[in-house]
Amino acid sequence: MSSHTYDYLDGNAAAGELSKVFALDITVAEGRCAHCGATKCFAEARLYVQCPGIVARCTVCEHVLLRLVSVRQRIFLDMSGMSYVCLDTTGR
Amino acid sequence: MWRVGTVVALHDETATARTITLELSDWPGHVAGQHVDVRLTAPDGYSAVRSYSIASAPSSERLVEITVERLANGEVSPYLTQELAVDDRLELRGPIGGWFVWRKEQTEPVQLVAGGSGIVPLMSMIRYRVSAGSTAPFRLLYSVREPGAVYYRDELQAISDQDRSVSLTYAYTRAAPEDWPRPPGRIDAALIANTTWPSKLAPTCYVCGPTPFVEIAAGFLSACGISPDKIKTERFGPTGDRK
Repeated sequence: MSSHTYDYLDGNAAAGELSKVFALDITVAEGRCAHCGATKCFAEARLYVQCPGIVARCTVCEHVLLRLVSVRQRIFLDMSGMSYVCLDTTGR
Repeated sequence: MWRVGTVVALHDETATARTITLELSDWPGHVAGQHVDVRLTAPDGYSAVRSYSIASAPSSERLVEITVERLANGEVSPYLTQELAVDDRLELRGPIGGWFVWRKEQTEPVQLVAGGSGIVPLMSMIRYRVSAGSTAPFRLLYSVREPGAVYYRDELQAISDQDRSVSLTYAYTRAAPEDWPRPPGRIDAALIANTTWPSKLAPTCYVCGPTPFVEIAAGFLSACGISPDKIKTERFGPTGDRK
């Protein structure tokens, strides 16, 4: 991965796709990178969309945080790149 | 969850950008800075989804405005800007995204930095500042190709004329008006340092534009001493029709 190719968006651009799976807006959740331990808002992740589905990577170490692929009526979701996600339920 | 909106008005902002006003009977309201996904479905079932920022301010009305820039090779934007007509229906998902947002409870200085059509979600914030009666000081740095490519020019000028707490700086990249103080060119460190809030005021910064623009602008803001956690970014680019 090169940091100098501008082929990514921000994690907040995934909010629509992730709303198919989660009842809460996960882009404002805090997540911990399972690789480097950096804890950040998911919206700050680097989002790659030029692939089958979407891939979110840690802004610090660039390891994969999340992969989501929709195939016909199925959604595959891999969040093993995050050791936890913390959601604020204020107002819910 | 997809909602159906009816087109109630169309307005050309520039030769290539059109604002679409949609009425949605079940619109729950939005926060300034949020976006929607728009889905177009062909008769054969093929569908394409694109994200567009909401341009209108939050209000109690069931209306949503998006401004779409037509991309020459776009799959969705040529339809939205050239073929879509009043009374047509569009499928929308949203409002989406709780990160890149400005709320009226925020009283700190706000620095907005737009690259091209990245002005759209920032315009929602500026409009909401006005309609909510906020006194938060706003500065907008708007980098745009040429004078004819500026969105919302008259409205921005009117807002700034009425309230000196909203200041505008245009930075033209390819062609500037005659006698413009700065020759056309990309934003640079000096421009950011001279036209944005000093870091000691702890402004919240919202930067929206194509990915390379956002990368550069956020880097200059950070170099001016603004804490990275006060710089919120929204990039668009490789998806094709974004904005």
